[in-house]
Amino acid sequence: MLKFFFRRASLVIPTFLGVTLLTFALVRLVPGDPLEMMAGERGLTPERHAELMAQYGYDKPLLEQYGLYLYELAGGDFGRSVVTKKPVLQEFFERFPATVELAVCAMFFAVLIGLPMGILAAVRRGTVLDYAVMGTAVTGFSMPIFWWALLLVLFFSVNLGWTPVSGRISALYWVDARTGFMLIDSLLSDEKGAFRSAVSHLILPAVALGTIPLAIIARMTRSSMLEVLNEDYVRTARAKGLSPFRVVTVHALRNALIPVVTVVGLATGILLAGAILTETIFSWPGIGKWLIEAVRRRDYPTVQGGVLLVATIIMLVNLLVDLLYGVINPRIRHASERT
Amino acid sequence: MHSRLFTLAAGAALTLVLATAQAQADKTLVYCSEGSPEGFYPALYTSGTTFDATSRTIYNKLVEFERGSTQVVPGLAESWEISDDGLEYTFHLRSGVKFQSSDSFTPTRDFNADDVVFSFMRQWDPEHPYHLVSGGSYEYFSGMDMPNIIKSIEKVDDMTVKFTLSQPEAPMIANLAMDFASIVSAEYGQAMLDAGTPDAFDQNPIGTGPFQMVRYVPDERIDYVAFDDYWAGRAAIDRLVFLITIDATQRYNKLLAGECHIMPYPNPADVQAMMDNPDITVMEQAGLNVGYLAMNVEHAPFDDVRVRRAVNMAIDRDAIIDAVYLGAGVKAKNPIPPTIWSYNDAVVDYEYDPEAAKALLDEAGVQDLSVTLWAMPVQRPYNPNAARMAELMQADLAEVGITAEIVTYEWGEYLERSSKGEHDMVLLGWTGDNGDPDNFLNVLLGCAAAKDGPNRARWCDEDFEALISQAKQISDVDQRTDLYEQAQVVFKDQAPWVTIAHSVVFMPMTNNVQNYLIDPFGGHVFYGVDLAE
Repeated sequence: MLKFFFRRASLVIPTFLGVTLLTFALVRLVPGDPLEMMAGERGLTPERHAELMAQYGYDKPLLEQYGLYLYELAGGDFGRSVVTKKPVLQEFFERFPATVELAVCAMFFAVLIGLPMGILAAVRRGTVLDYAVMGTAVTGFSMPIFWWALLLVLFFSVNLGWTPVSGRISALYWVDARTGFMLIDSLLSDEKGAFRSAVSHLILPAVALGTIPLAIIARMTRSSMLEVLNEDYVRTARAKGLSPFRVVTVHALRNALIPVVTVVGLATGILLAGAILTETIFSWPGIGKWLIEAVRRRDYPTVQGGVLLVATIIMLVNLLVDLLYGVINPRIRHASERT
Repeated sequence: MHSRLFTLAAGAALTLVLATAQAQADKTLVYCSEGSPEGFYPALYTSGTTFDATSRTIYNKLVEFERGSTQVVPGLAESWEISDDGLEYTFHLRSGVKFQSSDSFTPTRDFNADDVVFSFMRQWDPEHPYHLVSGGSYEYFSGMDMPNIIKSIEKVDDMTVKFTLSQPEAPMIANLAMDFASIVSAEYGQAMLDAGTPDAFDQNPIGTGPFQMVRYVPDERIDYVAFDDYWAGRAAIDRLVFLITIDATQRYNKLLAGECHIMPYPNPADVQAMMDNPDITVMEQAGLNVGYLAMNVEHAPFDDVRVRRAVNMAIDRDAIIDAVYLGAGVKAKNPIPPTIWSYNDAVVDYEYDPEAAKALLDEAGVQDLSVTLWAMPVQRPYNPNAARMAELMQADLAEVGITAEIVTYEWGEYLERSSKGEHDMVLLGWTGDNGDPDNFLNVLLGCAAAKDGPNRARWCDEDFEALISQAKQISDVDQRTDLYEQAQVVFKDQAPWVTIAHSVVFMPMTNNVQNYLIDPFGGHVFYGVDLAE
């Protein structure tokens, strides 16, 4: 197991270096620089432009800039945003809790609905129910998020008035950011109704963001269940006279879950990288929107630092999933140890 | 099972309604803003979004623009004198002006001349302890040429400050009403320096303005409270909240759902529906902007004034205003908008006349002309859809035998390449900073800006330059008006641009918002606004 862990972990460092090089190069390949973007139509005189480039160190040879960047990175310094002048790391952690909160709730929604949907479809294979579930899953999977989210808002927020349009909590509440997780902060605050307001603000974004993972989970669960239901040990369990419910939930589901766990893990990793469309529509202050804005403004340090942090998170989640997979399914662990 | 689920859902919905229905006693005005401020010290930044959240709420300037107009009125300076040679500006400061306080700072004195000197020296003096804090680039201060214009700033006594200029600069007073000239507290600056946290000075602002910023959650919201001791009287509302909502459709939805009271920048396509909605009031006003098509006079045949005039006659601007501005634009004939003083209404515009255009082109000996027509990739206040506009122009130009190839680049590259003069024709525009004609005529058409600057026509005309340079040197408004009126005649005659339109600004708000005035500079000002019970 330890060998397996080190084999996986040893891949992290080269990937990490690759990401730094790639983001460093890509953001500079994009035409325009942060100083021009800030000046807009006003423009900068060539002298002033050169002066500012020197001030930010962007006039140095690229290799030197990269070396300096890595050196500072090694000391834990992600640099400061050219736009807000705040440390990138601070900006990232101001927004990351919002992304985590949304991702977790979206996955919770996806699993809560997707798993039973998939099981039902597998058990009632070939019936109207199966077709209905799979039809819904395909629709959910192919739904353009932007359109779907706006549709949800129009129906539930504007027409019915059940949920708020966007934001994390009503403007009427003053909740201090203690943890950055609005659900927790609103519970800790002594404002009456703050928690309910926070929950209501989470519903639509979580549903919109969870729709695609839900569809994937439902389909995955169904096909995995179908495979398992044909296994000999399930037939044996049935033959023993166990109730169909027990056969499905205890004997079949446990084994069918293995691929589903992988899918859930990977999808969570992706959601943690920020959901640009959902965050934009719901004014959710997460890292996806933050990064897009940084790219738009050519905020080099923010793009470099932000992408690196996101990549790190995805790598960690993938590593975790790999390890978890090994724990759940010993065959994989042993296979990798043999080779 | 089903009925239980339904009960659960209905219960959840009910709690939601209750939660949103909970009202608080304070009068809270909620503004759905279009983006996050870059920071809270305005002199470091250039975007209107940042100014709305800082200089127009938290701070004051020595002189201010009267709410809803381009008129300069006393601010932190009660009065001022300008010496006869136009080189000395003496400001008499208002007494009894209080600074806001916070957890980390309580002012011990009222506003005085030290604060004024501190505010400007930070931007000007490289040796100032705050000069390099937060990046140390002051783009408006240098963009308005302040380092060259100002010779010295001195404190005469506690309540008097004297600015000495190195050359007469007629727009100086208007410049001092701009956002970069916001006055901060020198005492607060010293306190943060002593505490070893100068960064906090820029992140936790302390001003003299009508609202005090109490909290900022990046990309989410900014909370303000009315400043009780505001020198011009406490604001009518108790709290002001900026809910940062990037998407225009969602801002509209929030307005409809009652989650905000005012929103800026509606989608042009939504405006009619907003006007038809009895629950929403839509205010409108011609913006302080101009959208134009600049012809690069360094590229033949645009060095020939006849060709430039022909292009002016070939383009059907009425059709553009209908199709691109959806009617929300006023046809432009001068480079300055009609709301700016010295606007010359007597200027005769080129009429749409393809036949006359063809004749002019023949006369100039131009045949089978192929040019590049650059269209901006972004929506701007002065041009809601440059790609569509370029297509219409392309068709109009084809009518007179000019083949225009539409070119576009990503925004940053577009600005850079066009300032270097790589285009034949380029679509662009401008929003005024200080309401002075110089801010359009000199910045966009002056000779200094023609070389790699904002003068995209790269047009440098002796007569025009003489008129606007002279107007910059004298402070008598009547004389300046006369000179600028003449300059506009020269401009039209030489036709370096096709002046397209001044767009109309729309501000949708709920019916209970009272006394809101549209800021001609495109800002959003909430002092003076009230909410009906």
